[in-house]
Amino acid sequence: MQPIHLAWVDYTILIAYVAFVLGIGWVLARYMKTSSDFLISGHNIPTWVTGLAFMAANLGALELVGMAASGAKYGIAQIHFYWIGAIPAMVFLAIFMMPFYYGSKARSVPEFLKMRFNEPVRALNALLFAVMTVFASGISMDALARLLTNLLPWKLDTNILGMNFGSYDIYLWICSGVVLLYVLKGGLTSAIYTEVLQFFMIVLGFAPVVYLGLQDAGGWHTMNHALQGVATNPAAFYLQPAGVHYAPDAWSSAWTPVLAGPAANPLGVDWFAVVFGLGFVLSFGYWCTNFLVVQRAMAARNMTAARNTPLIATVPKMLFPLLVILPGMIAIALASMPNKNYRIPPPIVSQANYDKAVDLVKNANPADDAAVKAVGVALGVTVDPAKVTKLIAGNAATKLSDDQIHEGLYNSIAENDYNSVILSLLKKYCPPGLMGLALTALLASFMSGMAGNVTAFNTIWTYDLYQAYFAPNKSDAHYFWMGKFITVVGILISICCAYVAKQYNNAMDIIQLVFGFVNAPVFATFLLGMFWKRTTGVAAFIGLFSGIAASTVFHALTTTTGNVDAAGHVINHMKGGYLGVVSKFPSEMAQNFWLAIFAFAACFLVTVFLSLATRRTKTDEQLKGLVYSLTPKTVDHNQPWYQRPPIVGTVLIIACIILNIIFW
Amino acid sequence: MGLDIRWPIGLMFSLIGVLLIGYGAVNSSDSMRVGVNINIVWGVLLLVFGVLMLVGAVRGGKKPPTA
Repeated sequence: MQPIHLAWVDYTILIAYVAFVLGIGWVLARYMKTSSDFLISGHNIPTWVTGLAFMAANLGALELVGMAASGAKYGIAQIHFYWIGAIPAMVFLAIFMMPFYYGSKARSVPEFLKMRFNEPVRALNALLFAVMTVFASGISMDALARLLTNLLPWKLDTNILGMNFGSYDIYLWICSGVVLLYVLKGGLTSAIYTEVLQFFMIVLGFAPVVYLGLQDAGGWHTMNHALQGVATNPAAFYLQPAGVHYAPDAWSSAWTPVLAGPAANPLGVDWFAVVFGLGFVLSFGYWCTNFLVVQRAMAARNMTAARNTPLIATVPKMLFPLLVILPGMIAIALASMPNKNYRIPPPIVSQANYDKAVDLVKNANPADDAAVKAVGVALGVTVDPAKVTKLIAGNAATKLSDDQIHEGLYNSIAENDYNSVILSLLKKYCPPGLMGLALTALLASFMSGMAGNVTAFNTIWTYDLYQAYFAPNKSDAHYFWMGKFITVVGILISICCAYVAKQYNNAMDIIQLVFGFVNAPVFATFLLGMFWKRTTGVAAFIGLFSGIAASTVFHALTTTTGNVDAAGHVINHMKGGYLGVVSKFPSEMAQNFWLAIFAFAACFLVTVFLSLATRRTKTDEQLKGLVYSLTPKTVDHNQPWYQRPPIVGTVLIIACIILNIIFW
Repeated sequence: MGLDIRWPIGLMFSLIGVLLIGYGAVNSSDSMRVGVNINIVWGVLLLVFGVLMLVGAVRGGKKPPTA
């Protein structure tokens, strides 16, 4: 990706945004009086604000970039992450689980686990979650610093206290510093307010790009027609290896290709894995138990508001594929239209490699296969031999300029860097001004990704680890101070994690893989804990461990079809199969979904079995407000119908089903 | 919390709206995409959104931030 030329108006918008978030922090600082104001917002935020923050907390920039990438790679099937992946789980959280979270007066998800089970379950959950949040915020900041280094034209290089700071370091520290300032001033409220601001920035910054892109592609029907061409020959756009063909609707129908089996859709998944793996295990595990999002609902004013928070979030969540997946579909449709002069950006190739390749093209004889190979080696990426051969022949016939050869080489690279899709569209459709708005929206979501994780981290540390195990029975002022102190520490650890991510790409993949193992079984523990009073603490603890162990073993024994060479050896151990290959899946996504199903089942069965084998340590009285059958039902007959979660939830589910049918 | 979020949202988007309209008016050839001056069109929309937020904040009765 070439640097983007930004005008004064773009910088002004960027600076205005930073000034506003810092200003919000400063104003809120006056209201921060106790640890609960700072860490959990003192249950005092309007419902529409917690609702939008609930949705925006999950809307990190990595999600924005990744969804557009997948929209191009897999087409409309990616909406399963929204319409079956998120919506049912959010409605379930609102109707069935929020009464326990909010009603138990727990200040965090681990604290709820302590009330329901025992200290070890809480400690396990709190520790895993704390580690996960700082790494997540580090990954987010690393991606932001990389993006700015690639986009902004300045090459910075300074020496501070004998240490060398390049552009990457400076962007990383400045952005982290901004996050630190506003979180330190306004705590969770600052993070939530900024998330709402970011939500509107993204909607209003990306909508014009989608609109212009769709206009340019000739509208919805023309785009879908182009996608049919993509689906029948995906190899022409380097989406799939040569020889792979799909039915014409593989990129433009959500369910038909999935129902036709793993070989008929680019995701490589079957309907059972989508419905149970993604729709049930993974998404319920994330939306119903992840403290990062649940914390937003817990900050609401009262029980009704807390239950309505996820429901309010459902509405934008349902419509968001328009803003995040559709751009990817537009991009691949444009790439298939020869007159649009657009391609999915190839991986970044250095200028030095381009120069070498240009020289090779100039000196090559036409129809020389060795020269074609040499060009590919010089560029360091896979090239389309036919296109390079044509380029060499063209140059031999009439001398081309270096720039023309450069462009020809760019177009002959047979690999796609899907993560650049969204930036390439911004560059194509945003004039100065609009560009500032869209880039600021992207920047905002990276920073709020860090803020969200850090505010979850400081609460977990202060209440679930520090207060629980290191310094109980101190004054509130002490915990307030600790909350602020650990915010600074959390940011510093995040910066360290960003450097880890920068140095060892592979290490970061491993960490994310491990988090996948940890997350897969967790919903089984909550489900049994909340709906079966017989579930015991010991069983929950061992069940959780069994689930994590099951997913690890599952991953060690399975891999993807493409990851095994002709001799039957596993190529990349990151994709599993390092203890032998018992089963092969058509895609990594299918492997992940099945892993989740397996881990959930293991955790569920072990917990049930051990609960029956161990003695209950908590009486019915102690479990009141924590288990469904022992808790008086929330009475909401005095509310108007549109504030009753069961009614609103049903309406939302019906709306979601209708959307699924429309795009079937 | 003491600060009504509609104030900063309203003020910020009004400001960005005015900036886009101004830039689009001065550099109109530079702002054309797919046949429209997108800076002006979108600037107006942002301004309307910002003003609506401010109206909501005023009606909500909270004082503007003074810090």
